[in-house]
Amino acid sequence: MSDGDLSAILLTLKLAGATSVILLLLSTPLAWWLAHTRSRLRWIVEPAVALPLVLPPTVLGFYLLILLGRAGGLGSAWVALTGDSLAFSFAGLLIASIVYSLPFAVQPLQTAFQAVGNKHMEAAATLGASPFDAFLTVASPIALRGYLTAIVLTFAHTIGEFGVVLMVGGNIPERTRVISIAIFEHVETLQYDEAHRLSVGLLVFSFLVLLAVTLLNRRSPVRAG
Amino acid sequence: MLILRSTIRFPEFAADVDVSTPLAGIVGLFGPSGHGKTTLLRLAAGLERGTDTYVEHAGEVWQDDRRGIFLPPHRRGIGFVFQDSRLFPHLTAAGNLDYAARRARPDRKDPTREQIVDMLDLAPLLHRRIEDLSGGETQRVAIGRALVSRPRLLLMDEPLSALDLRRKMEILPYIERLREEMDIPVLYVTHSIDELSRLADHMLLIRGGTVAAQGAVPDVMQRMDLGPMMGRFEAGVILEGPVVGQDAEFAMTDLAIGTQVLRMPNIDAETGTIVRVRIRARDVSIATEEPAGISIRNALRARISEIFIEEGAFAEVLMDLEGTGLRSRITRESVVRLGLAPGREVFALIKSSAVDRRLIPGGGKRGSTEQSGIIPTE
Repeated sequence: MSDGDLSAILLTLKLAGATSVILLLLSTPLAWWLAHTRSRLRWIVEPAVALPLVLPPTVLGFYLLILLGRAGGLGSAWVALTGDSLAFSFAGLLIASIVYSLPFAVQPLQTAFQAVGNKHMEAAATLGASPFDAFLTVASPIALRGYLTAIVLTFAHTIGEFGVVLMVGGNIPERTRVISIAIFEHVETLQYDEAHRLSVGLLVFSFLVLLAVTLLNRRSPVRAG
Repeated sequence: MLILRSTIRFPEFAADVDVSTPLAGIVGLFGPSGHGKTTLLRLAAGLERGTDTYVEHAGEVWQDDRRGIFLPPHRRGIGFVFQDSRLFPHLTAAGNLDYAARRARPDRKDPTREQIVDMLDLAPLLHRRIEDLSGGETQRVAIGRALVSRPRLLLMDEPLSALDLRRKMEILPYIERLREEMDIPVLYVTHSIDELSRLADHMLLIRGGTVAAQGAVPDVMQRMDLGPMMGRFEAGVILEGPVVGQDAEFAMTDLAIGTQVLRMPNIDAETGTIVRVRIRARDVSIATEEPAGISIRNALRARISEIFIEEGAFAEVLMDLEGTGLRSRITRESVVRLGLAPGREVFALIKSSAVDRRLIPGGGKRGSTEQSGIIPTE
């Protein structure tokens, strides 16, 4: 395996890991709100969260590129702050991945929180637990499977993205060239052996991920403590 | 003292709530289903907000919408036993108790976790997972969990209604022990007359979200005018008296009701223990002369105080038995043929087997000099 491919793999893992961690933190309050709110705002927020599922990645990537570019709102602020451009950087890639994978984190969590319902939260409150305490000690452990599903799906989906990455990150070795871009480049330059090596790896990885999700949702409830 | 005022507007139920009750021992909230008993309890706990609500407990205002006061449930120092137990499925039975113990009020020392495990016989269940507990065991752990948090007020919402009769009988003695051993006032919601008469000292008859009647359980139960609310078939009274004798040969026990004796299937209680029994109106017959050659062992002298003629075949007769009320449900025909009328001296015939200790007995604390007022139901 070439050094270029190895660095592409490491970069991809780094991107998927960071995306998963940040998305979990962001999605938890959002999913909780969606699961419990009676506000009409949810009829706007819920489809907005799901948009990346149906939007062509190029459309999403195009708007993100404008937003992250030197003239864009986020991009210009970033330049003023760090002197660096967001577009075609790892930070820009990370922001794009977070938007792109948002539904894969929010939806399993929302479903899990809805299944937990209010009953156990009420019981916890009568035992002297504040809402935040009850969330950490009752709702989260009961929703553990939702969390595992969200992490696995977010991680896998980030690894598999192509269109958005190409639009926002381009193809800069060690900065924005992830596995899917590397495969594309190998094919473009007719290096089929290299393309095969990376492709088979992703194929096996993706299958294992889906197998894990299936098993997660089949097994008896996950317990903690 | 608990004071509760609120307006409830649910799609299926609306009421103007106005309740105030002293809190001591077990206070029964009794009434038909769908009349707001559970909602009252949830208002008291702060799990329901209501509209224009005022809740005060022991002089402390928990909610006053006019002044913008709302004390959240977790700061009220209450315990709540839900109909569906709501034990945390990700913890063991012990884990559920520990959860409550860690959040118990630091200003109170009693009861300790050990005391409660002991009182409710929870030791063999502690290591078990929640899904492996039977319905009765689940509810026992749930009661234990609520007590471990050392509540100032325990709210119990039909804790036995999801259980079959046998499981109910298993748990009732534990709730009786709770009443005897723990110094915690309890609000107990039920639609079962048997649970009410066995457990509660004071009762509130709830109808349409408000209190239709309240007072000591025997007093409210013998009020004729409330009959339709209690359900005809279940109507009856509560008699209370000390054990005055045991007949080992025939396995019978004598209770003194004033100067007369009520003979019933034996109960395992010492002489002098105050026992409470419920006598249903349909189990009481009336004779104008002292009967002989009859299997019924109890023929108590009483004086008719009121007769209610109903539509249809039946009539209800209220009698004065040594100062307490006794109700009898007989046919209108009997009233006419026997010439029954208020003021007349009669004999009230109570079949001993109708005083079924499995269903009816209750250990009374009031007036009792002994603490062993608990009757096992084995």
